[in-house]
Amino acid sequence: MDVNMSRVPAERQASSFKNIEGTKSFMKFKKLFYSQKVAPYVFVLPFIISFFLFWVYPLITAFTMSFQDIGAIKSEWIGIANYTKLLKDNVFRIAVMNSVKYMFFTLVLLIPFPMLFAVLMDSNLVKAKGVWKAVLYMPALTSVVISGTLFRLMFTEYTTGQMNIISSFLGLGTYKWLKMGWSGMVALLVVACWRWTGVNMLYFLSGLKSIDSSLYEAADIDGASSMQKFRYVTLPLLKPTTVYVLTISVYAGLAMFLESYMLWAGNSSPNNIGLTIVGYLYKRGIEKNDMGYACAVGVVLLVVALIINFAQLILNGTFKKEED
Amino acid sequence: MAKQKTLAATPHRRVGTVLGTGFFLILSLIIVFPVFAGLLASFRPGTQLIRRGLSIDLNLSTMNLDNYKYLFSGNADSQKYFMWYKNSLLITLVSVALTLLICYFVAYGLTMYDFKFKNILFTIVLATMMVPFEILMLPLYKEMIAFKLIDTYTGVIIIGLCGASTIFFFKQYLSGLPKDLLDAARIDGCNEYSISVKIILPLAKPAFASMGILCAMGSWNAILWPLLVLKGAEKFTLPIGLNTLLTPYGNNYDVLIAGSMFGILPILVIFLIFNRYIIDGMTAGAVKG
Repeated sequence: MDVNMSRVPAERQASSFKNIEGTKSFMKFKKLFYSQKVAPYVFVLPFIISFFLFWVYPLITAFTMSFQDIGAIKSEWIGIANYTKLLKDNVFRIAVMNSVKYMFFTLVLLIPFPMLFAVLMDSNLVKAKGVWKAVLYMPALTSVVISGTLFRLMFTEYTTGQMNIISSFLGLGTYKWLKMGWSGMVALLVVACWRWTGVNMLYFLSGLKSIDSSLYEAADIDGASSMQKFRYVTLPLLKPTTVYVLTISVYAGLAMFLESYMLWAGNSSPNNIGLTIVGYLYKRGIEKNDMGYACAVGVVLLVVALIINFAQLILNGTFKKEED
Repeated sequence: MAKQKTLAATPHRRVGTVLGTGFFLILSLIIVFPVFAGLLASFRPGTQLIRRGLSIDLNLSTMNLDNYKYLFSGNADSQKYFMWYKNSLLITLVSVALTLLICYFVAYGLTMYDFKFKNILFTIVLATMMVPFEILMLPLYKEMIAFKLIDTYTGVIIIGLCGASTIFFFKQYLSGLPKDLLDAARIDGCNEYSISVKIILPLAKPAFASMGILCAMGSWNAILWPLLVLKGAEKFTLPIGLNTLLTPYGNNYDVLIAGSMFGILPILVIFLIFNRYIIDGMTAGAVKG
């Protein structure tokens, strides 16, 4: 307040030719703009705008559209007809099963293993760490169009394809990989592991870096074995990273679409073995231009994703405390 | 240091180092395998891929540079390819620069201040992360039509500028910095905005590097949304362009395979440069503050 009082006369003198009232309110605005009270709101403003324009509005629209029959010229309200249709839709059921199965297996494969790899990488048992990190991260830099195409050609039904060469070398015979349910899922999971092992490992690695090394020293003094150190120091302190990886993996697993799209070179696979929830949404909404029905598919996906993620976050105690 | 040396010299430890390093060597070979196979295939006619699928074939006599000569020949296919390339680069650069800055400032606001809606806003950030983009895709598409942003790069970029995961990561990183820095800077006469730019932003460089790579990757590889927004072939990004080559007849596999391999190259180089920077940033101990 004192600063304000002393500044006003000088300001007035300086702008004596201009509208004093206007200058005063501009100064007031400027002062407010620079104050500690207003600054945080200025910082978060872009998020708020983006949130309403590109999240709240489309989300509400997705809900309202799911109760409509969207035509090219006019749309009409049809109540819950889209949802009752979904319940009886066998193709949709296949899509949900595929997505949930895929999500489950990616969680099993892409959390424990990258975590262990990160712990090993973080130890002093590994030389040339930079090289391995770069190589393991490389698949994530590769477009799904490219990696999907490479893997489709590797999983070819011809005996000259790489996967058939490997499986017959192991004495397992050759398969029409992309034509059967289980082998199609294997192909999808191979692509997922190839793409995300390195990324998840880097997440865990940065989590490990933030663990205070004095804790390990203290554990050493107490005579803890490596297993005990992992169990009682690494694992609990890595939890925020684990929860983050788990959250994005649930989401990414359920919403997987492009891997399947590229593996089967389009959105149709034999007996829908590669069809996912989003694949079905795309098929209905874009290919068959039935946006209302596609939005109902989207709403179901949302509900499934939310239930799984909330259950996971509650089990992990994320909501219990804000400060640490 | 001396202690470390004696440790490393024990035979037990040497075996451990060989096993540990050997493990990552094998893992890396597995990871490189498909791309290596693709690289070998790019030196052979595309029709081979259709007929035989993809496998490691080291027979040098069947390999030639024809696909790459064709890709760089400057003919219609080649021009198309490099146009997509340029478009992808432009979109990636602009969207990464804007996304990083915006997300940094948002995270800064959420971390460095205590204000009324702080916790609610942060919960909202997390909440947006838990709604798959694919659900919003169709309504957003209709919105873009209404805003007349269809077939524009603005339309491609604008929806991703406030990526929740980027904000989340920046916030995690910024929470590790001491808030005393802000008070010290205030006493020195810095205003709130110059503190965020001049004092904290340089400290957040490692976060910028790692988020920069993640955002660049996302933008470079984005397919779904650009596929919906971009209509004209002259505006296509590289992934969409390559995707159009995937016809069942396979007459374009020459360009597809050579173009795919060349598409991986530059971003790999950028990553290798950035990668060292990330490791520098992480080992600098900036996280602990």
